[in-house]
Amino acid sequence: MRDVAIVSFAQHSQRREDSRNEIEILLPVIRDALAPIGLKTQDMGFTVSGSTDYLAGQAFAFVSALDAVGPWPPISESHVEMDGAFALYEAWVRLQHGDIDTALVYSFGKSSPGDVGRVLALQLEPYLLGPLWPDAVSLAALQARALLDSGKATEKDFARVVARSRRNARSNPFAQLQGDVDEAALLEEPLYADPFRLHDLPPVTDGAACIILAAGDRARELSDNPVWIKGIDHRIDLQAPGSRDLTVSPSTKLAAEKVGIPADVDLAEIHAPFSSQELILIEALGLDESKTAINPSGGALAANAVMVAGLQRFGEAFNRIQAGDGKNAVVHATGGPCLQQNLVAVLEAGK
Amino acid sequence: MSEPITGITTPIRMEYRYTPGTATSLFLRAMKEGRFEGRRCPSCQKVYFPPRGGCSMCGVEFAESVPLKNTGTIATYTVVNVNFANRTVDLPYVVAEVKFDGADVTTSLLLKGVGVDEVRQGMRVEAKWIPEDEWDFSLANISHVEALDEPDAPLESYKDAI
Ligand SMILES: [Zn+2]
Repeated sequence: MRDVAIVSFAQHSQRREDSRNEIEILLPVIRDALAPIGLKTQDMGFTVSGSTDYLAGQAFAFVSALDAVGPWPPISESHVEMDGAFALYEAWVRLQHGDIDTALVYSFGKSSPGDVGRVLALQLEPYLLGPLWPDAVSLAALQARALLDSGKATEKDFARVVARSRRNARSNPFAQLQGDVDEAALLEEPLYADPFRLHDLPPVTDGAACIILAAGDRARELSDNPVWIKGIDHRIDLQAPGSRDLTVSPSTKLAAEKVGIPADVDLAEIHAPFSSQELILIEALGLDESKTAINPSGGALAANAVMVAGLQRFGEAFNRIQAGDGKNAVVHATGGPCLQQNLVAVLEAGK
Repeated sequence: MSEPITGITTPIRMEYRYTPGTATSLFLRAMKEGRFEGRRCPSCQKVYFPPRGGCSMCGVEFAESVPLKNTGTIATYTVVNVNFANRTVDLPYVVAEVKFDGADVTTSLLLKGVGVDEVRQGMRVEAKWIPEDEWDFSLANISHVEALDEPDAPLESYKDAI
């Protein structure tokens, strides 16, 4: 395997972008990612994006978004209808071919124009489950109920996850929800989608992210402190939520085994849009919360631009390793209903 | 045996609160006031009409607004002969790619008053607006284009827009 590193990251996210469209949100993010390494789009060996047209309700919105990279003269380019983290995986695979040394990965998502819970229902199997329109919140609530019924977690654990997210997000300028909150007070809040209270849900976020990857010596040329991808793998569980044990995440566990998570991993950026899912993922990743800082950015409970939040986990881990907050990190991204698809990577500082 | 099920209908309805973006909003506001307004790329100087988010060749945000004329040149066109659902115009008809004077990209508009055997590249045309009291934030304020009584424009003047 070729060594591949993250050499640059830029992001933007906020509650609701009323004036800018997707291209206008992306333009400065891509420019900010390219600026520190002094390269242009045309210098990239490969460009790949992750997004879904259903968020904007416009066919080929992902093609329109290419305007933001200025793809002229023509570039080598691809797209996945998934979170940008899975686009990053494609870029990593492309870099393994050995004929190119750099790749630009971006993702964008305006979650606010439509009803994001219903938008996400469109990814369900379209014959038997989709027509019932179970929205994303209801499906996650069923999963949370199963977790409570299994005895593996309590509502206090949900509140603990939320309080940690809010606390950690205080240092994240892109977080929408942050602050010191009392766990007991959280449990006094009314139920929203039993067993969820509103704070167990992610906020509706508009945003974009861009990561630049480089291989081997090219990464060392472009950055004084590249952050290396030591392992990356993604796995998938059954499509029908009713066919799975929703209290566990076998695909996350398998992906984690394939990448090999170091016992001394300093921090974890976990893509868990719902509080209960963070508990399931911590178990599947085999993390010890007393040794590993969980979601120092606040995670998806602090800001959740759909299709962006997974790629942001890579970026947040990159930023913290570069800042010296840790020597290594585990990164996780998810897609599909109730944690159906899961990607796990290990990042590490090094020359 | 009962009849096999060969198909099902699963209706989908989604509602969106569409935000056109900064550049397109300025264009739509000008349309509402009966003006053509393009945006210039600060890098390659090309004028886009209608503008979306940024210059698709350079990957930069647009700079200043550029007022455009109501007249233009047919850069290319297609003759529609095929029937389709919700068609509102009699067949056959011409959809022209019009490069408005002062713009560097084309806009798709219906051509009226010219036979399908008469339309040609370089033909000079003028935009026809719907009645002023019906103007909205929309390119649909232009109902169609009609030919001008002018000599054809030379290929050099529109070839980069094709
Ligand atoms: Zn340009």
